[in-house]
Order: sequence, then structure tokens, then C-alpha cells
Amino acid sequence: MNNLDIKKKIDIEEILNNLENYHPRRKGWTWRENVDGGYKVEKFHFKEMTKPLKNSVPLPAAKYFNNIDPQPQPVITTEIASGRFEDDIRRMRMAAWHGADHIMVIRTTGQSHIDGLLEGTPEGVGGVPITRKQIRASRKACDLIEDEVGRKINFHSYVSGVAGPEVAVLFAEEGINGAHQDPQYNVLYRNVNMYRSFTDAASAKKVMADAGIFQIDGAHNANATAKEGWSVMPELLVQHGINCAFSAAVGMPKSQIGLSTVPPCAPPSPKVWYDLPYAVALRDIFSEYKFRAQQNTRYIESDIEEATRTHVIDTMISALTSADIQSTITPDEGRNVPWHYNNIRGIETAKQTLVALDGFKQLVKIDRSGPLGEMVRDIKERAICFLEEMIESGGYFAAVEKGFFVDSAKYPDRNGDGIARDGKGGVGAGSIVERDADYMAPVCSVFGHNQLPAGIKKPCDPIDGCTLCKPEKIAYIDEIDQTDNCNLRLAKTVEYRKGRMIKPEAEWAGDGTVLIQLFVPEELEVARVAAQEIAKKMGLLDPEVINAQVMHPSEGTFVEVKGKVDFAIDRTTLKIPPKEVMLSEDEIRDGIKKIGLKVVAGTVGEDEHSVGLREILDIKHGGIEKYGVKYHYLGTSVPISKMVDAAIETGADAILISTIISHNDVHRKNMRKLDELCREKGIRDKVMIMCGGTQVTREIAKECGMDDGFGRGTKGIHVVNSMVKILKEKKRI
Amino acid sequence: MSEDRIKKFEARRQQLKNMNDEQLKARFWELCNQIVEPMVDYGRKYTSQSIERSVLLRMGIDSVTSQGVVSRINEAGLLGKGAGHVVLKVADKHKVDLRAAAKRINEDKTALEGLF
Repeated sequence: MNNLDIKKKIDIEEILNNLENYHPRRKGWTWRENVDGGYKVEKFHFKEMTKPLKNSVPLPAAKYFNNIDPQPQPVITTEIASGRFEDDIRRMRMAAWHGADHIMVIRTTGQSHIDGLLEGTPEGVGGVPITRKQIRASRKACDLIEDEVGRKINFHSYVSGVAGPEVAVLFAEEGINGAHQDPQYNVLYRNVNMYRSFTDAASAKKVMADAGIFQIDGAHNANATAKEGWSVMPELLVQHGINCAFSAAVGMPKSQIGLSTVPPCAPPSPKVWYDLPYAVALRDIFSEYKFRAQQNTRYIESDIEEATRTHVIDTMISALTSADIQSTITPDEGRNVPWHYNNIRGIETAKQTLVALDGFKQLVKIDRSGPLGEMVRDIKERAICFLEEMIESGGYFAAVEKGFFVDSAKYPDRNGDGIARDGKGGVGAGSIVERDADYMAPVCSVFGHNQLPAGIKKPCDPIDGCTLCKPEKIAYIDEIDQTDNCNLRLAKTVEYRKGRMIKPEAEWAGDGTVLIQLFVPEELEVARVAAQEIAKKMGLLDPEVINAQVMHPSEGTFVEVKGKVDFAIDRTTLKIPPKEVMLSEDEIRDGIKKIGLKVVAGTVGEDEHSVGLREILDIKHGGIEKYGVKYHYLGTSVPISKMVDAAIETGADAILISTIISHNDVHRKNMRKLDELCREKGIRDKVMIMCGGTQVTREIAKECGMDDGFGRGTKGIHVVNSMVKILKEKKRI
Repeated sequence: MSEDRIKKFEARRQQLKNMNDEQLKARFWELCNQIVEPMVDYGRKYTSQSIERSVLLRMGIDSVTSQGVVSRINEAGLLGKGAGHVVLKVADKHKVDLRAAAKRINEDKTALEGLF
């Protein structure tokens, strides 16, 4: 498979085929390409947008802006890890079409404590088991996807835990473009022995540095973990500082080192008073490093819209300060493992916000003369004092033992709830060994003492080339567990992916998951139970309330229920309405000219809406007038009889009525009445009758005797296209 | 103790009062670099089973075999020589390739004797 066909689903079996011989076509990280002098498209001159995509899905409102899809400056991240990489690959393709070019794969629960590499394709929990086969298949798919969208995709995972150095080598061999690596994360959150963690990290970072793998640290976990995330800001600077200084000291270029930073607060707090000074302080101190701005996860509840609103503000802070990478959080993270379309929602939140705020800093400036300057300085001073106290206490290792980190109080205060670790304890305690004087590792990218034979040009000369220089030497293991692998999983879903059966899905092919939203006019507790019963009666299996919001303590509750359907639809039984083939503008104009097409138009019934119809008629809005149609507009609340009389008087070829109000099916009644009246007056075969309105569809209109009907989003050209087609059918032109 | 810490903090902070933004930044990095030096030293002087397995991977030995090989080398007290070094010695001694040498270490308990 050399390229993807837009009209076809990605073929997972084909990706897996011949995987043992696949090697990445490039290594290292890729930034977006700038457009010199800004990006000019249609009527807009964007100041900071990057090279557009070859294929993409633009924002919904793009239809009002000639479908432009500007791509902001920062690389946009999405985290995809459902536990089954074969389904994640399809989501990666969707994400790339919406503007993601950094795809991050979270590891399965517990992988950081596994002392060694995993192989094969077992199913994961809360992430994917990172193995050579899984990342190789995903990277191979990313190659195809990046060709399809026309922009490089960075593939990313984690170099942490007790197998860090091996994972780093695996990533270097397989062309992984970015990775988290922060020994402090292992120590604080994974209880890996601190000496082991830093010893391993030095080796892992050296491998990453040489392979061009972009590094992201783990400091943001402190504000996701501490009780008051916004209080640990001085410590966050310290954690970023330690990982940056340590990485640079082992030889990683600063341009390859990124800070993972999250605006630590959320509404209903006065968020910007915490987040903005913090963002500014960080960018001052770490000006030589890159910024990966993450959206906040700490305060996400089950309401998707609330999460999205917070994320918009987070992204605005990125636009006001800076971000090299804008990471996104799926807004459903507070209620389930992210679903396909919520990854897309997260990406769109970032894209929409950043596009709207293009060149923001040319319009507004951060004012350091007021309270902001003082707050920025306060954070910096506290961070420096934190470092000084660490040194006084005996350095990093001693400070960790004393519980300096992740204490929820604002430094120097202490709440005593920090994470303290014993230097002699933790996973892998006592497992590091001093290198002898004659220690040797005959491979490239080794950090530290290495007594290689004299006179060699490359460290791997004694073995005639290592896998980093000769990828064909890589030992590939396909599957180890014959009862838990992707081949078995794929066999079960083939009818949904390649066959004719259609089943809804949220995470995995054929999972059958659906979400229903309902307003229940009852108090919260009653509404929750009632909603679940309703879902059961609708036939959903395992219904579960995943969000409930009080609209009023007694008037009612908004509830969302997820469940599964146990049926699939056979594609061959579906009646898909044929897609309208539009005539060319020239054909339309010619047809209209031939008979001097005249119409009468008006909004009928007791209905004062006029905007929609005027847009269909007026030349200014690209209405039918533009194509040469003469119209006679009768206004609003026009009786049907008056429409018909006017058509007779003016010798019109068509009557166009608009009916917006649809209470008691009045729109259907009006349509039927028009048809009947035209027949009574003997003009039905001479006059075309058409109806438009928000509740009107072609099917409803035809059922009610119309020649055609038009709903939301109709433009003048759709109406003239229809009229000319009918005239051609009747051989009148 | 706590009050003492706060007092010290106030005193430290006082020292910073006359520094401008650039000086604060320089101070921050001076301290960070000082703190990480002993940690970097561990990275230079020590090794671990994971580091050694990562060397074997680069030598073209698969992860499952590397696991056993490094574990045996560690038990034999030879990790400080470097697992790659040990495998290379076994390969030279028996005139076999690296993968065969790794296999021999896993299968033959005497393979690690008398190498150094």
C-alpha cells in the first residue's frame, strides 16, 4: 500500500502486512512550515498561519468563508490510546484531517513498572502496551496519513519507568518523533528508585538526543496531583528547571527540550490572575527552551461544554504568551476513556481558538507595569529560594526524601502532604552498578564512561555497526501471546470495517456504543434513574448515566446516558437518496434566458419571517436574480390565494413560498393548499411550485404536492438549478 | 523548624530584591546546574540492567533474549564490564556471531566463566 484512497477506510491488515521489513523513512521532530509574509487566503491575511493542508476538514463555519482551513503556528497534539492500536490508527487519520500533527500514545496501565520491553499486540487498559509491533504499525500508518493530508505527523509516546533506556532505543530505531522523559516523574508518581531513575534517564536522554526525538517533561503532573494546583507554581519552575538542566547536561540540544506546562487554574476561580503570571514567568526563565502548552485536566468534570470553555481560555493564554506545541485534552476525559469524536472536538477547540487569535500579540500587549509584573517576580523569587533550600538540605535526593515536592501549599509554606521517597526504596532500589574501568558498550549513543578500543572511528565499529546505523540488524518479534493479539481482534470486526454491516462505535470497531441526551423534568436523583430506565426501554444495553446537570432543583435535569446497541445495519438495505448533480452556472443562465423565467414569491400564512426568502431572491445575496430570474415579491403573511392570483396576473413560471413556522404542521397545510388551488385555477401544469423553510425537506415538499422543497443552507443557485432541470424535463427549454 | 524555614526564606528573598529579571534568570540556572551535577555523575559512572539491555538491543539482540542475558551477567557480577562487552567476548572466544553468543549465555551456565 503506497497511498490512501480518500474514499476508502484505511486497511489495517494491509498496514500489518510485511511489517517485519518496514523501517521509518525519517527520524526526528518536524515543526509546521511558515508562510513568508503571512498566509493570504480569500479576503484574509493571516499573520501567523502555516502552510495549509492538502486534504482536511475545516471548521463548521468555514462554509461562510469559502471553506478555508487556516492552520495555526503551533503543532497541535491529540492523545489517542483506546487500548487497541488498530482502532486508534483510524482515529489518527480523522485527527490529522482536523489539524493534529502530533499524535501521542499513552501506555497501558502499569507498563512503567515492567522491567523490560513488551512485544506483540496485547490489548491495553487505559492506554496501549507500547511494543515494537504496535509503534511500527502506527508509524507506518502515520506515513500514509501524512501523505494524504500533506503535512508531517509527529508520533509520540513515553520514555519513563524502569525500562527507560530500552524504550528510548526502541523509539530511536522505530522513528518515534517525540517522547516524554522526566526522571522526576518516575520518582514522584511511579515510585521508581531515585538513583536508578536518574542513572537510566541520562542514558535514555542521550539516545533521544541523537535520534532527534523531541522531549517533553512531566512537571505538569504536579498541578494535576497537588490539591491546589495553582499553589505549586514555584515548584513547577523548579521541576522544569531540573529536567531541562539535566537534559542539557547529558547533551540534548535545548531546541529539542520542551516544557510540559498547563495553566493551573480553572473557572469559577479568577483563572487569568493565576495562569497568566505563571505563563509569563515560565517564558521569561525558559526562553531558550520550547513550550508544549497543555490544556487543563485537573478540573474536568463530566460536562463536555464546561471542559471546552476552560480549554478555550487555556489556549488563549498560549496565544497571549507563546506555545510551540498546543496540546489538547479530549473534553470527555472526565467521564470515559476518550471517544473518537471527542479527540476531534479537542483539536477543533485549539484550532478554532488559535485561528481566531491570529496575530493577537500585535493587537494586545501584556502589561507588566501593574499587578502582573509583581506576581511574575513573586513566582520567580519563590522558585529560586526553593532551589537554594534544596541545596542547603543536601541536594535533590535529600530534598525528595524530605518531601519538598508536590506539597499543596504555596512555597515556602508546607501542608505536609508532599510526596516523600526513600533513597533506598522504590522500584529498582539497589539495582545500579558502578561501571568498571574497562566498561565497554560497543554501540552508538552511549552516555558516560565507555572504554572503547583505541583507533576506532565509530563506537559501533567493534560489532560492524549497531541497529541505529544499520536498521536491518533490528531484531523484530511479531507476536508472543497467541491468545491476545490484534489478529484475533481484527477477525472479529472485519464485517464492520470491510464488510457490509454498519454498527456505531465510540472507541473500537463494532463496540456499538451510543450516547443519548435528554432533558428530564425531574430533580437530579429522580432524573438519573428515570433516564436510565428510558434508555433501557429504548433498547440500549448496559445504560449508564455519564453526565447529569441540574437545570433547576425541581424543574428538571439534563442527562446524558451511554449504552450499547446489539444490532448492526446491513448497508445493502439502505435507501440512500441520490446526490443532487448541479447544472453549471452557464447552463442555468441559458435556460432562464430562453424563456425569460419569472416567479412570484412570498412568505405564506401568519408568518412574518422574510430574511431567508430575501436571500434566495436578491442579487446581493447571490439569489436567483443573479441568474437572470425576474421576481415579484409579495412580502410576508401572504394568503395562498393571493400568491396564486399574482402568478396568474404576472404570467409567472413559478411560485416560491416560504414557510418557517411549523406548529401544528402548518407548513405542510400551506403546501397542500397551494397545490390544490393551482389545480382549481387550472395552472398547475404551467406553473412550478416550490417551498422553502427550516423544517422543509425535498421529501416533505414532494409529499405535499410541491415540485421541490428546500431546507436549511439553501442558496439561490439550488432553486434555479431545480427550476431549470424541471423546465428541461418538461421540454419547455 | 517551620518558623525557622520561613525566616530563612524571607532572608533569601531579601538577597534577590536588587536583582533584575536577567539576574534572576541567571541565578535560577546557576542553581539548577549545580543541583543536577551529582545526578549527571550517576549517569556517567553507573549502569543498570535496563541500560545494558538497551545496549544489547542496539547490537541486534531481541528483547526476550536480552532479558535473560543481562540477568545472567548481573548474577555473575559482570554488569560493571558492560553486557555488550561480555557478549562480544563470548562471541570472540567461540567464534560465533553476537546473537549466537547471547543464546549461549542463556543456555550454557559456564559461558561467563573466565572471560576477564
